[in-house]
Amino acid sequence: MSSTEVDIDYQKQTYAYAPCAEQQGGHRADSPHPVIVVGAGPVGLATAIDLARHDVPVVLVDDDCTLSTGSRAICFAKRTLDIFDRLGCGDRMVDKGVRWHVGKVFLQDRQIYAFDLLPEAGHQRPAFINLQQYYVEGYLLDCARAMPNIDIRWKSRAVAVEQHPDHVALTIETPDGCYTLCGRYVVAADGSRSPLRRMLGQESHGHTFRDRFLIADVKMEAPFPAERWFWFDPPFHPNQSVLLHRQPDNVWRIDFQLGWDADPVAERAPERVIPRVQALLGPDAKFELEWVSVYTFACVRMDSFRHGRVLFTGDAAHGVSPFGARGANSGVQDAENLAWKLAYVLQGKAPDSLLDTYASEREYAADENIRNSTRSTDFITPKSAVSRVFRDAVLTLARDHAFARQLVNSGRLSVPAVLRDSVLNTADADAFGGAMAPGAACVDAPVADAAGKPWLLQHLGNEFVALVFGPPAGLDAAQADALRTLQQGGIPLRVVFVTDAAISASAQAWPGATVLRDTEGLAANRFDARAGTCYLIRPDQHVCARWRGVDVAGIAAALARATGNAPASTNLAPSAPVQAPALA
Amino acid sequence: MPLNTAPNLARPDDFYEALIDMHRDLDDAASQAVNARLILLLSNHIGDQDTLAEAMRLARAAAEAPAPA
Repeated sequence: MSSTEVDIDYQKQTYAYAPCAEQQGGHRADSPHPVIVVGAGPVGLATAIDLARHDVPVVLVDDDCTLSTGSRAICFAKRTLDIFDRLGCGDRMVDKGVRWHVGKVFLQDRQIYAFDLLPEAGHQRPAFINLQQYYVEGYLLDCARAMPNIDIRWKSRAVAVEQHPDHVALTIETPDGCYTLCGRYVVAADGSRSPLRRMLGQESHGHTFRDRFLIADVKMEAPFPAERWFWFDPPFHPNQSVLLHRQPDNVWRIDFQLGWDADPVAERAPERVIPRVQALLGPDAKFELEWVSVYTFACVRMDSFRHGRVLFTGDAAHGVSPFGARGANSGVQDAENLAWKLAYVLQGKAPDSLLDTYASEREYAADENIRNSTRSTDFITPKSAVSRVFRDAVLTLARDHAFARQLVNSGRLSVPAVLRDSVLNTADADAFGGAMAPGAACVDAPVADAAGKPWLLQHLGNEFVALVFGPPAGLDAAQADALRTLQQGGIPLRVVFVTDAAISASAQAWPGATVLRDTEGLAANRFDARAGTCYLIRPDQHVCARWRGVDVAGIAAALARATGNAPASTNLAPSAPVQAPALA
Repeated sequence: MPLNTAPNLARPDDFYEALIDMHRDLDDAASQAVNARLILLLSNHIGDQDTLAEAMRLARAAAEAPAPA
């Protein structure tokens, strides 16, 4: 941790309501804004910033005038940090956050299992940081407030929604009464109890779990390392599980399983909480309670994340148990998946049907998150007697047998879904190994460039990128001309070359292109690249196609497909012979 | 690897006796736990998911068929 800035207490900040243009006659109610985002949590803020970066003006409404109360989501995964980097606020998050990558699992008083989430070097960002949600929201908000095309309206509650053929009309309730706010599209980022979901007559379906958990955030000087520690049946909290996590500012998250019969109100009382914490820390430990909450959870999602011109994101669209940190992290990935698609549709670069792929891709990701989260929860909170017998058998065997340790499930931590079956992908026609299959989010690698951006991901995203391995001089004149012609088309396309040689003047021959040097060979390694290998990368840094040579006609077709501009029947490439292994 | 349901035990009667002996003097809860550990150990030895799934399917089917008289 190297916090060089003066900390702001984001939990105490309030943001002033001000009457908006509509209320003052400055904006005709029947002239829709391009996008209205409802909810200024992490997902709504990330969506607004991403849209604004794509030059789409955004109205962001929130029913309150404060940020998160309590630490809430605290684990932010590498992919989320990569997204925050692209949005321009990754450094503040990582500087403030507690980096961690090791998790340990204990049975009673004995460690039975440890895992390392990022065992390899050569990534800018750590596997995870822990950071209180109010900091994440605060940093995102500071970023959003600095953008002229985001109009943030506090104390503005959406109380009615009406869908029209070409816009959505929201009724917004403010301290000065109601007004009508119209947008061509509405992003619902209004949380797990989403009022917009209810107003549209929708609900989320899935499993609820009969268990209760107590969160105690305590402030203390403590010798624990920055690791995730999970206990089954510890001596200080018998027959239940406990999770310990370090946050910034010497705050520790302790999560106690309580069981379904626990009284959620009584368990919140300090006289009940303090002895539980004391039992973990020992009788001499000095600590203060920062925040206490008792929660239950469900693994649920809406059947469809798109309803007409309303797109549901984050907790409004899906819910998971906290084991695996798949809530806020998947929500931020929703935001990034949706933002470029909305921008392309609004700017005429893609048909409205591209937004259907937001729903299909993120419903697929939600199912993966729900599956992982449900499995963890079934292990931590067995639903039947026999499930409990097998859980305990796994834990007992795990002490002595490595095979059983891989069955111990205290949370499978968030990694981005590989959108393998997306209709936006072009199937491999050439043989590839490695993890960067169409649908995968790009992984990082160290590079050298002329502009002082020493990481590959700093050069990908925001628009489509043709990532070509080899120097610009490796293209013949016809390929180069065809690629330049494609760049003049309707879809912005940057060209990034990755070479294994020192950067030479050859970059000058290609105005606007970036030439990177693969300093450790890791970019080529991670992308299974040889000279001439070419990847097409989406604005959200997902791979959508790849080839062993620079096939410009193929790139053009893949670009059309990835923007919803190609008929569905054109994807006739043979399927990939090589299946990539899952990311660790 | 298809599930082998043809006779494969080297010494069937010795195996069966050992299986029952494994539970000697255990109450039901302890026996359940031993069975669960045995299933996990053997499952890991087999390893192949399709084979395990086929065994689970056959085991479950017997629970849904009428009980033997």
